[in-house]
Amino acid sequence: MNGFGAVYRKELYSLFASPIFYVVAFTFLLISGYFFYSNIGYYNLVSFQASQDPLMARQLNLSEMVLRPFFLNVSVVLLLISPLLTMRLYAEERKIGTLDLLFTYPITDRAMVLAKFAAVMTAFVAILAGTLPGIVLLGNFSSLNWKAVFSCYLGMLLLGGAFLSLGTFTSSLTQNQIIAAVLSFGALLMFWIIGWIKSFIDPGLAGFVDYLSVTNHFDSFTKGVLDSRDLVYYLLFVLLFLFLTLRQMESYRWRG
Amino acid sequence: MIEAEGLSKFYGSLPAIRDVSFQVKVGEVVGFLGPNGAGKSTTMRILTCCMPPTAGVARIDGLDCLEQSLAVRQKVGYLPENVPLYLDLPVKRFLRFAASAKGVEARKIEGEIRRVMGICRLEKNAHRIIGHLSKGYRQRVGLAQALLNNPSVLILDEPSIGLDPTQIIEIRRLIGALRDEHTILLSSHILPEVAQICQRVLIINKGQIVATDTPSNLTSQLQKSAHVSLTVKGDPSAVIPHLEGLDGVEKVTGDAARPGRLLVESDRSRDLRPEIARVVVDQGADLLELKLMDMSLEDIFMQLVTEETSQEGAPS
Repeated sequence: MNGFGAVYRKELYSLFASPIFYVVAFTFLLISGYFFYSNIGYYNLVSFQASQDPLMARQLNLSEMVLRPFFLNVSVVLLLISPLLTMRLYAEERKIGTLDLLFTYPITDRAMVLAKFAAVMTAFVAILAGTLPGIVLLGNFSSLNWKAVFSCYLGMLLLGGAFLSLGTFTSSLTQNQIIAAVLSFGALLMFWIIGWIKSFIDPGLAGFVDYLSVTNHFDSFTKGVLDSRDLVYYLLFVLLFLFLTLRQMESYRWRG
Repeated sequence: MIEAEGLSKFYGSLPAIRDVSFQVKVGEVVGFLGPNGAGKSTTMRILTCCMPPTAGVARIDGLDCLEQSLAVRQKVGYLPENVPLYLDLPVKRFLRFAASAKGVEARKIEGEIRRVMGICRLEKNAHRIIGHLSKGYRQRVGLAQALLNNPSVLILDEPSIGLDPTQIIEIRRLIGALRDEHTILLSSHILPEVAQICQRVLIINKGQIVATDTPSNLTSQLQKSAHVSLTVKGDPSAVIPHLEGLDGVEKVTGDAARPGRLLVESDRSRDLRPEIARVVVDQGADLLELKLMDMSLEDIFMQLVTEETSQEGAPS
């Protein structure tokens, strides 16, 4: 792993020194804060009504009514912001020519890809950590199922990993950051909605299409269900796109 | 130290270099000369493992640039054309990154950075952001990163392009100071510069090496005849027939713009200057000036690059 640490530290510095990170983090936390507030508010309203209706009171469930919708909402925001975190990774280096310089340093391509991915993952974790205080506060005032919370965050990390790995790949395709972001956003959205056609296509294909959908796999995490199939799906997703990035770097090198 | 054997590179179907072979010995400073687009940068990028060649082998210190790429990259410092740098990083942080990426041990990094900043005179700008530096300083930062980890080979692509005259002198002084410890290959299209700093010149044109030798040997080999210029007081027409009569003289031409000026072309095996002087004085004319004209590197370059015919006669 020659050069992993060096590239990782450099990427982190560039990320945290650039305004993009702060704008993205601010937007993400603002919107997710709004979602959190509205979900709690709704739960509050339902609780008041339930106080007069014992049948309804039995259906009250904090995990199901606050956590799950909150994380599903936040995953949409993640879809919007993750291309912004990854777009500059390779595109910027290609544009200003520093990638050529990196190629002449004794850094393996693999270390470079992993370091860049690890750096955006770190930034993502830092942003996601901003949602924790709200959850902890909620846990103080209610009996929160912490295992479900853990499952939600794990799902979030895996989903984020998948999104960022795809973004890393699209960034390596071009020297234009906007093109990288748009490609990444389009591909992510496609993975998001690909399951929608499952009810009216060939049943054999439907199963496959359903498996491809990123949201399906995320859904079970928000329910507090840890399924090895979902874990494998996300790990394969990340590995596939990091591998494609590696291949793309090799091809870029050969083309000169 | 640096070996290129039959290197070729195609961009798509477009050949950038074809069958380029040369060697650079330990401690040599070699200039790579050629017009824009001749393939200088392509060759250098292959030697620095930035990209693989389509055909041929490049070796640094006996190590194959393709097979033992990581080991080669440890030994080579590279200053790319136009000096691409991370514009958002401060100088010192960038050098720290470059040092650790190049595998300098963590506890030696600070000392190494201080050393290269000293060589390149960057101490005062250590904390400035690279994007805010002038072109000359960026060039120094580029050179500083190439020097990190003390590589035995330095490959510098157009180190003085885009600099003002004082900065050019400064960068030449720097390269001059580095020649004792490093084997240097530098490219340029500024001829006097190459003649000044390099012991040997490789001239490349249209992707092929057309000549390689020391600047002075190139001059003498390519010069088919010796040129002697002389200035005579008054009208020299009386002298011309006598000069033409001398053994070994091929041609005598006058200069319409400057009367009194004559150019004698002769066989280069012999120095005819004493005889020419004697003839002029014997004819009763006053000799004001007599000198042997050397072809400048510029003339050679033009001859090699522009004339198809001269390529055949050029040593390669």
